[in-house]
Amino acid sequence: MNDQQKKKLKLKVSAISEGTVIDHIPSESLFNVISILELDKTQNMITFGANLDSDKLVNKAIIKVSNQFFEDDDINRIALIAPHAKLNIIRDYEVVEKKVVEVPDRVVGIVKCFNPKCITNSEPITTSFKVISKEPIALKCKYCEKITHEKQMVIK
Amino acid sequence: MNKKDLISITDYSKEEYLRIMDLAADFEKTPNQKLLEGKVVASLFFEPSTRTRLSFETAINRMGGRIVGFTDAGSSSVTKGETLHDTIRMVSQYADLIVMRHPLEGSARYAAEVSSVPVINAGDGANQHPTQTLLDMYSILKTQGSFDNLNIFLVGDLRYGRTVHSLLMAMSEFDNPIFNFIAPEELHMPEEYKLFLQEKGIRYFEHREFTDIISEADIVYMTRVQKERFSDPIEYEQVKNVYILKNSMLKNTKPNMRILHPLPRVNEISTDVDKNEKAYYFTQARNGVFTREAIIAHALNLK
Repeated sequence: MNDQQKKKLKLKVSAISEGTVIDHIPSESLFNVISILELDKTQNMITFGANLDSDKLVNKAIIKVSNQFFEDDDINRIALIAPHAKLNIIRDYEVVEKKVVEVPDRVVGIVKCFNPKCITNSEPITTSFKVISKEPIALKCKYCEKITHEKQMVIK
Repeated sequence: MNKKDLISITDYSKEEYLRIMDLAADFEKTPNQKLLEGKVVASLFFEPSTRTRLSFETAINRMGGRIVGFTDAGSSSVTKGETLHDTIRMVSQYADLIVMRHPLEGSARYAAEVSSVPVINAGDGANQHPTQTLLDMYSILKTQGSFDNLNIFLVGDLRYGRTVHSLLMAMSEFDNPIFNFIAPEELHMPEEYKLFLQEKGIRYFEHREFTDIISEADIVYMTRVQKERFSDPIEYEQVKNVYILKNSMLKNTKPNMRILHPLPRVNEISTDVDKNEKAYYFTQARNGVFTREAIIAHALNLK
């Protein structure tokens, strides 16, 4: 397939007139991103694609959400699983703003504490972590005070 | 939240450590002070811990308070499947203060969030046991007269021992401490604590044994090296006698040197040490009552 053909294929994913395009999501994180942003509950039109070619990621995914815009605090929640995600804000078919995600200082919910003896793994408690390192990610549990490292991270 | 919970040793500032020390000294002078008259303290032991529970209950009794609670989860509503959340919600409506011990880590922090009355952590799994640390500090202050310029030997299981980690954190608030870590390879002090000391510019040294260096110590804090902590039983057999303190090792130690141990002891301090004036661990346990009276008084603004 030559570049021209690839471009045509990409265009098959329909453009949106108003909304947000979230690009450069690792494919394996696509459904977690959908769930963290609660896109599985929205009434807005959503298209998404996975296992797409990309210069930066071998296997990227993309989500297009019509008529929906995100606050920085909300969008930063996906930084743990899609650290290189880029947002394009679309108005009238044009990209009017580009944003990158940023790992927040605190992570509430989303991640499980890796310590099996932590109270958050035996009672229905929203986890809460202080981010003590952003690259690689290290999270200190507010409850058991143990550190969950990036390699051990499990999304709730 | 303005509640004066005590969950982790780092919840207290240096000033609060010193205030607890002053209050503990006051309670040691006059152990029976009826400050808790008319108050009810809930003593919730979700796992048994005879020493800690009796120490707390003695402190509460000496202060004239009443105690409700349970001594193990088997005799509580936990067996019916009640969540910690619901137990704490309920109890905090009955009592003026909650003292709690729980096998899960982070349970005390969570309880403090749920409770409307102050919570004192009497141990949450392998995480924190701040009242032990404060009584260790009171014992250090009483025997050394100051927290500054002390050479502190931490001996035994420095990897899993929560008491040594908390003591290290607390003592690092004071001037010019030196730490000597004496532990087998498998149970060495975790990196995060060494990094913490490096960042604060505090000197520490690591050793595999301590017979030759014990003469430098002001405080020797002994902990138990447990067989089940070793992945290789042969390794345990090789090192098990290295971390036993014997009376013969105390000959050339400093006159002010004192031996501490959080107890219970198994064999890591020979019984022939008990008669030595430098053995302080039983007095240390006694200090626990005064320290806990101080912590309770502070938590409820009674002093």
